[in-house]
Amino acid sequence: MSNTPKTLFDKVWDAHVVKSIQDGPDVFFIDRHFIHEVTSPVAFLGLKNRNVPVMFPDKTFATADHNTPTINQHLPVEDPLSANQLKALEENAAKHGISHWGLGNPKNGIVHVVGPENGITLPGMTVVCGDSHTSTHGAFGAIAFGIGTSEVEMVLSSQCIMQAKAKKMRINVNGKLGKGVTAKDVALFIISQISASGATGYFVEYAGEVFENMSMEGRMTVCNLSIESGARGGMIAPDETTFAYLKGKEKAPKGDAWDTALEYWKTLKTDAGAQFDKELNYNADEIEPQITYGTNPGLGTGITKNIPFASTVKDGEASYKKSLAYMGFSEGEKLIGKKVDYIFLGSCTNGRIEDFRAFASIVKGRKKADNITAWLVPGSHVVEQQIKEEGILDIITTAGFQLRQPGCSACLAMNDDKIPAGKYAVSTSNRNFEGRQGPGSRTLLASPFVAAAAAVTGVVTDPRDLL
Amino acid sequence: MAYDKFNILKSTAIPLPIENVDTDQIIPARFLKATERKGFGDNLFRDWRYNTDGTPKTDFVLNNPMYTGKILVGGKNFGSGSSREHAAWAIYDYGVRCVVSSFFADIFKNNSLNIGVLPVTVSPEFLAEIYKAIDADANTELEVNLPDQTITLLATGEKETFAIDGYKKHNMLNGFDDIDYLQAMKSEIQSFAKQMVL
Repeated sequence: MSNTPKTLFDKVWDAHVVKSIQDGPDVFFIDRHFIHEVTSPVAFLGLKNRNVPVMFPDKTFATADHNTPTINQHLPVEDPLSANQLKALEENAAKHGISHWGLGNPKNGIVHVVGPENGITLPGMTVVCGDSHTSTHGAFGAIAFGIGTSEVEMVLSSQCIMQAKAKKMRINVNGKLGKGVTAKDVALFIISQISASGATGYFVEYAGEVFENMSMEGRMTVCNLSIESGARGGMIAPDETTFAYLKGKEKAPKGDAWDTALEYWKTLKTDAGAQFDKELNYNADEIEPQITYGTNPGLGTGITKNIPFASTVKDGEASYKKSLAYMGFSEGEKLIGKKVDYIFLGSCTNGRIEDFRAFASIVKGRKKADNITAWLVPGSHVVEQQIKEEGILDIITTAGFQLRQPGCSACLAMNDDKIPAGKYAVSTSNRNFEGRQGPGSRTLLASPFVAAAAAVTGVVTDPRDLL
Repeated sequence: MAYDKFNILKSTAIPLPIENVDTDQIIPARFLKATERKGFGDNLFRDWRYNTDGTPKTDFVLNNPMYTGKILVGGKNFGSGSSREHAAWAIYDYGVRCVVSSFFADIFKNNSLNIGVLPVTVSPEFLAEIYKAIDADANTELEVNLPDQTITLLATGEKETFAIDGYKKHNMLNGFDDIDYLQAMKSEIQSFAKQMVL
């Protein structure tokens, strides 16, 4: 073993290189592969055409989430195209002996919620899925990133993909977060500072007190949003918080295997003196609750701030003005007090139990504003069950809200949960792109606190005033 | 899926001087419901290209008969967002074999290389020169030479080299894909898998 100090990313990456191709990528071994109905069917078709089997069916896990309805899941899916994709997933999984959590299965939910909550994702692993928010799993100290359908076919057929090693960036946030400031705000703040392409070409390690003191749910939110700064993925060194979360999870190691794994997991941290290609430092007290005002996640700011003038932004002026025109906003305007039509609580970014607890803490004893349509979508049936058991369902129902059934829902609006054209949605999801939540929809990304504050006041509101 | 070999491409170009073109714009999520790779070109840039009633938006470049070609020239951070390979499929299916930009999002770049669309990264200055040349004459031609790794504005002879790793270049020149390569490595992968603990 060489004594050169290594980063966490180096340690996990190097342990998975089957072969390095000269003047080319690494043949990179994958421990866990998640698939869903939208990006897998063409990969299975490729296997069929080449007549090759799935090499390790027990390393791939299927769940239906992207286009599933979030009401009446017991009924047949109405949209024939969605129904066809769901059926294809079920049939492909059955044919190749892959675990499948389809609609109606108590373990069904958003792929990046159900993977961790069942202990499928573990520290030191490599995790991929045909979905860019696979970066979520980096919260466990795994290398996790999204891939395209050709790569899904590669993993199915050979458990490997061809990847060049990314450059390394460390983002340190120290200090203590203020009241009402969440993991989502930390992530949106970072993206607003470095832009939607600021980490392109890099794999990010998040370090410092803020992440050390964060729950696993919070860490997943942060790593989930890594891709929104262009990063291939993000990761956080596993620690006691990680181990406590994993202990006893269904697919986590048990007994002696746990002890062996734990010993290894404890080595998964960046060595002192290890080199990064880029290092950024922020302090927690710079961060207030965030909200976006434009059409990429980098166009966000503190909720008490005004929309910046085109002359002050890093992106091209024409693109920036196009973005504000789409949103119906003007330079220099205040964000507080802007009218909101919809709120969406959910997605792989903020569809976990902690997010529903946060939402409930603000709407408790208050009422949904009349102008608001609210879609509250748990990330999984497990989260849904927790919401009921913890009394959160009673709180939100009393406040005039309804709970829907799990799925990706309005985050990408592949099912019927579409924000209508021209309407404003405060959304806890991850992308505010044009039309992302439905053709013509206008999205303001924010935390569950900010969504809750808008839900009870009907306008963009600083959640700290209601906490 | 096999694709046509890429060697030297000489073509007019379609200018799209917008930054942060995300894959939701290239192909909106509601068009990802196919279980086969067919017809994605029809929905390339769907919501920029068509009104909600299906009529073409006359101010969008793909609806302007002046601009055609097998090369698309996009602004900085092209292909950001979702990992959907459907975005690259839509571009290929529409007939474009090369996307030029000053900066590509990682996943889009990988997806493109995997299916036979060549991403060519040029300097911001050269990108501006290309836009200027197309603006002056919509029929101006670019030559993308993969063996030499150069891109040339044929009207002026201005040229830049671009980077691509040797392995991917070999694949593109021959129309090979990674799956062929990995299939040939199966026994090596089997032995590697045996020593993995988790």
